[in-house]
Amino acid sequence: MGNDKHQKENPLKVNRRHFFSQLSVGIGSLALGSLLIPDLFKNDQRETIGQTLGIPNFAPSAKRVIYLFQAGAPSQLETFDHKPTLRKRMGEDLPESIRNGQRLTGMTSDQKTFPLMPPAVGFQQHGKSGAWVSDFFPHIAKIADEICIVKSMHTEAINHDPAITFFQTGSQISGRPSMGSWMSYGLGSENKNLPSFVVLTSRGKGNSQGLYSKLWSSGFLDSKHQGVLLRSGKDPVLYLNDPEGISRSDKRHLLNQVASLNKLHHIETGDDEIESRIAQYEMAYRMQMSVPDVMDISKEPASIIKLYGEDCQVPGTYAANALQARRLAENGVRFVQLYHQGWDQHGNLPNEMAGQAKDVDQASAALILDLKQRGMLEDTLVIWGGEFGRTNYCQGNFDPKNYGRDHHPRAFSIWMAGGGIKPGLSYGQTDEFGYNIVEDPVHINDFHATLMYAMGLDHEQMTYKYQGRRFRLTDVAGNVIKDILL
Amino acid sequence: MKQKIILFATLAGLIGLLFAFKKGIFTTSNDSYVSLRMPEVVDYNFHIKPLLSDRCYKCHGPDANKRKAGLRLDLETSAYEELPENPGKFAIVRGHPEQSQLYRHIISEDPDIMMPPPDSKLGLNTYEKDLIKKWIEQGGKYQKHWAFIAPVKSDIPKVAGDNWSQNEIDDFVLEKLVANNLHPSSKAQTETLIRRISLDLTGLPPDKQVVKRLMEHPSEEMLDKVIDAFLASPAYGERMTQAWLDVARYADSHGYQDDSYRTMWPWRDWVIHAFNENLPYDTFLTWQLAGDLLPNATKEQILATGFNRNHPITQEGGVIQEEYRTNYVLDRTNTLGKGILGITLECARCHDHKYDPISQKEYYGIFSFFNQVNEKGLQMDAVQAKDQKYYADAPFMSISDTETRDVLSFVKLQKGEHINVMIMNDSAPKATFRLNRGNYDEPTDTVWASTPKAIYPFSESLPKNRMGLAQWVTDTKNPLTSRVFVNRIWGMLFGRGLVETVEDFGVQGSLPTHPELLDWLAVDFMEHEWDIKYLLKKIMQSATYQQRSEATPELKKADPENKFLARAPRFRMSGEMIRDYILATSGLLNRDIGGPSVKPYQPPGLWEETNAGGNRGVLTTYVPDEGKKLYRRSLYTFWKRTLPPASLTIFDAPTRDFCEVRRQKTNTPLQALALQNDVQVLEAARVLAQNTVAKKEDVTTMVNEVFQTILFRAPKPEELRLLEDYYDHALVEFNAHKSDANALIAQGSYKASEADPVKTAALMLTAQVVYNTDETITKE
Repeated sequence: MGNDKHQKENPLKVNRRHFFSQLSVGIGSLALGSLLIPDLFKNDQRETIGQTLGIPNFAPSAKRVIYLFQAGAPSQLETFDHKPTLRKRMGEDLPESIRNGQRLTGMTSDQKTFPLMPPAVGFQQHGKSGAWVSDFFPHIAKIADEICIVKSMHTEAINHDPAITFFQTGSQISGRPSMGSWMSYGLGSENKNLPSFVVLTSRGKGNSQGLYSKLWSSGFLDSKHQGVLLRSGKDPVLYLNDPEGISRSDKRHLLNQVASLNKLHHIETGDDEIESRIAQYEMAYRMQMSVPDVMDISKEPASIIKLYGEDCQVPGTYAANALQARRLAENGVRFVQLYHQGWDQHGNLPNEMAGQAKDVDQASAALILDLKQRGMLEDTLVIWGGEFGRTNYCQGNFDPKNYGRDHHPRAFSIWMAGGGIKPGLSYGQTDEFGYNIVEDPVHINDFHATLMYAMGLDHEQMTYKYQGRRFRLTDVAGNVIKDILL
Repeated sequence: MKQKIILFATLAGLIGLLFAFKKGIFTTSNDSYVSLRMPEVVDYNFHIKPLLSDRCYKCHGPDANKRKAGLRLDLETSAYEELPENPGKFAIVRGHPEQSQLYRHIISEDPDIMMPPPDSKLGLNTYEKDLIKKWIEQGGKYQKHWAFIAPVKSDIPKVAGDNWSQNEIDDFVLEKLVANNLHPSSKAQTETLIRRISLDLTGLPPDKQVVKRLMEHPSEEMLDKVIDAFLASPAYGERMTQAWLDVARYADSHGYQDDSYRTMWPWRDWVIHAFNENLPYDTFLTWQLAGDLLPNATKEQILATGFNRNHPITQEGGVIQEEYRTNYVLDRTNTLGKGILGITLECARCHDHKYDPISQKEYYGIFSFFNQVNEKGLQMDAVQAKDQKYYADAPFMSISDTETRDVLSFVKLQKGEHINVMIMNDSAPKATFRLNRGNYDEPTDTVWASTPKAIYPFSESLPKNRMGLAQWVTDTKNPLTSRVFVNRIWGMLFGRGLVETVEDFGVQGSLPTHPELLDWLAVDFMEHEWDIKYLLKKIMQSATYQQRSEATPELKKADPENKFLARAPRFRMSGEMIRDYILATSGLLNRDIGGPSVKPYQPPGLWEETNAGGNRGVLTTYVPDEGKKLYRRSLYTFWKRTLPPASLTIFDAPTRDFCEVRRQKTNTPLQALALQNDVQVLEAARVLAQNTVAKKEDVTTMVNEVFQTILFRAPKPEELRLLEDYYDHALVEFNAHKSDANALIAQGSYKASEADPVKTAALMLTAQVVYNTDETITKE
C-alpha cells in the first residue's frame, strides 16, 4: 500500500524527479514535492495523468473552479424556484401526500401543522431564457442568460454538519478529502508560487452555522492537497509575515545559512528529504512575495471596484473575496472555495435574506461578468449554492412578514456558470409546492460527477486506495448530468 | 572471420527482434515484470491472497450482494466448487492451471473473457499471472489470513559468524539482511543515541548536563541506564499519552458545528498516570473498555472509561436524536476496530466487509456492546449548555477536590472545585438491530452482542457485555491485540510499522516485512504480562535500533524505503515534539503535569472567523494564556476539534474527529513559514540568545553554546565558521539599525533581560538558523 500510495500520490511527483534528474536543475532554484506544484508540465499534463492515474483523456471544459458556497442553506423558494401555488394556498397545511414520510428535524418535529408559506418577495422572468429569479437578486437576474439554474438538487442529510460535509467531501461522515483536494490531487496546480486549493471565508448578518477546517481537509490524501485558508488582513497565510526587525535581505541571508547547514548535513546523512526541505524553504520565501501580491487589490481599476461594489475594498467581505477569487483563478489556483455564512433562516427570513442577498448579489454577478470580459469564463466553472433547501411550510409563528423555514433535503436550487456549462438553462423541476422533484433530479454524487467531468476527470476512475479500499469523491454512485453541459 | 561472426550475430539478433515483435512481446506494457524472481514456494497469504483480494474480491469476495457468476474466491470450499454458470468446469483445479478457469480468464486477451474485466483497470501483470499459475501447480492451498492466526514464537534464526546481534530482534533482522545481500550499519554515536532514546521515550530532548556527564564516563551499561532513567521520568507518561490521544480522538471540545467546551482532561491525566505507573496493556485496555463493570470498580477505573466518550457530540439544536446517538455507537465500534484491533470494521457498517471475513451482522454484534449507554443524541444545544456551564453530557461522573487525595491523586483540582467527566455505563439496555445500509432509521434483524468469528470466537462463558468484550480483546489467544500494539510501538520508534498499515491488519492491509519478528515480539510482550516499558526497552536494546541512520548511496539503491532495516530511520518529529523541543532547549519549557488544557500563542482571529456565532458555546473567541501557562508541553494545548492548533496541524496532527493511528510526515512550505515566524519559535530563540549573551563570552563560545544546546553535539569547524560569520554579519546590520534589533527582540511576552539588544538580536537570529535546520526537527 505504501508503494501504491507513493506511485499514485501525484503523477507529477515521479515525473518531476525524472525531470530534475534529466536536466540536473539545482534544487535551490525550483520547488519539489510541495503543495505548490510548478507548472512544468502544462502541455503534457493530461497525458501524464492519464498514464499514472489511469484516467481517460476527457477534454476538460473547465480548468479551474470557483465555488461560491452559501453556508447555512438559502431557501430555494426565495431565490430561484418560483411557486405561485404557495401564494394561492397560503396557510393551508402541507398535504400529507406531498410530505410523504419526509423526516423532520428536531426543530419542527413538535409542530402540529405545516402551513404553506409563500415567499415575501416577488419573482420575475429575466433575459432571453426567461429564467425566474426573485427580486432579492437584481444583479444575478441580469446575468440570467449566463447561468444554468439547477432546481432539482437533492441530498440525504437534514442537518448542517453532515450536509455541508457531504457537499464538500462526498460523504456525510468526516474524514474524506474535500473536492478541492481531489482536484489538486488529480490535476495539480497551474502556478508554482501559490497553493492549488485556496479557501476564503466571510460572514453575513443572518443566522450562522460554523465552518471547520475539516471541510477543506485533504483527508487521507497527502496534506499538500489540503485547502489553504487565505485570511483577510495582514497575515493571509498563517505565519506568512516576517517579524518586525527583519528585512527582506536579512531573511534571504538567514535562509542561505539554513540552506548551507542543511546541505552539509545532507552530504553527511544521505537523506534526500533534506533536499526537499531546502526546496520548501525556497517555496515559502517565494510565497511571502506571491501571496501578498495576489491579495493586493490596490491596482484594480475603478471600473472593477464599481462592478463588484464598494464593499470589495473592505477585506473579509464576500465582495472582497469574490474579487480575490478572480485574482487567484487568474494566477492559476485550481480550486477557489468561498464560504459565506449566515443563510440559516429558521426565523425572520424576509429580513435576514434581504441582508444576505445584498451581501452576495452584486459581487456574484460581477464575478461572472468580470471572468467573461477577461475571456476566462469559458474555462472557469463557477458554482453558487448551499447545502440543502428549506421547507415550503412555515417554521414557528405563521406571519407572512416574519416567518422561518426549516431544513429541506429533498429539493433545492443552485446555479453554475462557465467552464462548459450550458448558459441560460433552467434544469429540473419540482412539484407545484416546491417540495418534491418531479423532473431530472440531481443528487450530490451526480453534481460531483459532473464537476469532475467538466475538469476532465472520470469520477469512477480517479480513486485513491486507503485502508484497503479504493475511495472516490462520488463514493459508489453518481452520474454525469450531460444535459447541462455544452 | 571475426566480421562474419558479428554479421551473423547481428542478423540473428534482428531476426530474433522481428520474432519478438510478432509474438507481441514488446506490445505488452508488463514486460519488465518477467524478470522478477519467482519464489520457490508460493505462499497463499503472502503472494496469492493480496492479488485475489485486491483484484477479484470486489465481485467474487465476501459481499454476497455484489457477487458475480456465483463465484466466491475468498473461501477455499466455494472456490473449488463447480462453477454454477459453467457446469463441469471449475475456477481452480489443483495442480492444473490449464484446466483452471481462473487462470484461463486472467491470461485471456479477449476483452469479453479477460479477468478482471479491462474497464476495471485492475488487470494482472505477467509476474502476478505466473505466481497464480505456480500456486495452482503447487496445489492451490488456502490458508487462514495470517493476522487471524494466533502468533507463535518461531525458532530464533542464527546467522553464522554474527558478531552484531545484541538480542533476538537482531537475529530476525540479520537473517533478512543477509538474505538480501545487505549488511547492518554500525552503532550510532553515543550523543545521537541519547538524543534518539530521549525523544522516543520522553518526547523531549535530553538534559544537556546529563548528556555531558554520561559522555565523560562511558561504560558498557550506560545505554541501559539511560533507557531506564528515561522510562522512569514523568515525561515518559506524557510522551506515550500524546500518541494515545490520537487513538482516543481526545479533544477539549464537542466537535460538530457548535463545538463548545467539554471537560475530559481528567481522563487525559489518567492516561498519563497509567503509563507512568506502567499499567499492563491488557489492564490499560480493560479499564478503558469496561472499567465501570469491574467488581467494586474504583473511581479511577470508572474514569478510564471516558475513552469511549471522547467522540464528537453534537450540540446543533434540532438534530434527530436517534441519528446522532447511533453515530456515537458507530464511532466506538470503529475506534475499537482501528485503534485496538487494527481492523477496518467500519467497512461492515453498511454491508458485509468486501475484503475481510466480517459480516454486517457481526459488525452490529460489536456495536451492541456499546449500545447500552444511557445517553442522548443531543443533550442540550450549545447556547443552553453555555448558559448552564454544562460541560459534560450524561452519563458523567463528578470528581470533587476531596476525592483527589487518594485514588484520583493525579487529577489536579483547586480547593473546593468539582468537575464532571463523561464516562460509560450500561444503564439503558436495548436491543440492537442490523441497520440496513448503516442507516439509523432502517433497523432489520435483531443482533446479539458478539465478535467476528474469523478473528477469534467469542466464548460462551464470557459475559455478553463490555467486560466480556474486554476479556475477548485481551485474551492471549486473540490474534490481533498484541500484534497491533507491538507494531504500533515499532512504528513509533522506526517511523513505520513492521506492518506498514498500522491501522489495517486485514486482507487489504500490507503484509509484515518481518512476520516472524512481529510474532515473536507479540508473544514475548504477552509472556511478560503486557509490560509496555519492557517492550520498549527490549527494542531499544537491539543493535537494530542502535544503528547509525546515515543512508549510503548503495543502501538507498538496494533498499530505498529501508524495509530491511540496514540502517536506523531518520524522520521529522511530530508538531508537538518540535514545539516541545524548542521550548525545552530554549529553557522556556514548563514541566507541570496535568490539569485543564492551556491556550498558548495562536495567530489571532482563527476561532473568531469560523465560529457559528458568538452565543454558541464558550469557544468562540481565543484568548491566549499568560505567563508560565504559555510554555506547557504541547500535549496540554487546548484542542478545539473544528479548529485544532494551527502550529500542530501544519505538521500533520489529525483533527481528532475520529480515531487515528498513523500521522503523515509531510514536508511543506507552510511548515517552513511556521518555523520561521511563529512567535513561539522566535521567542525561544530570543530567550536562548539573551541567556547566552548574559554570560559575556566571546563569539565562538556563544555560537558554540547555542549550537550545542539545540543539537547536543559540537559543531563541525565548517558549521561553526558559517554561524560565526552569520553572527558577525547580523551584528553589523543591527548596529547600523538598532531599532530593528529592539523590534526583533520584543517577540513573545517572556521578560527581556539586561543583555545588549544588538548582540541579543544577532544571536537570536543565529539560534533561529539552527532551529530551522532539518537536523533540529528530525530524529536521527
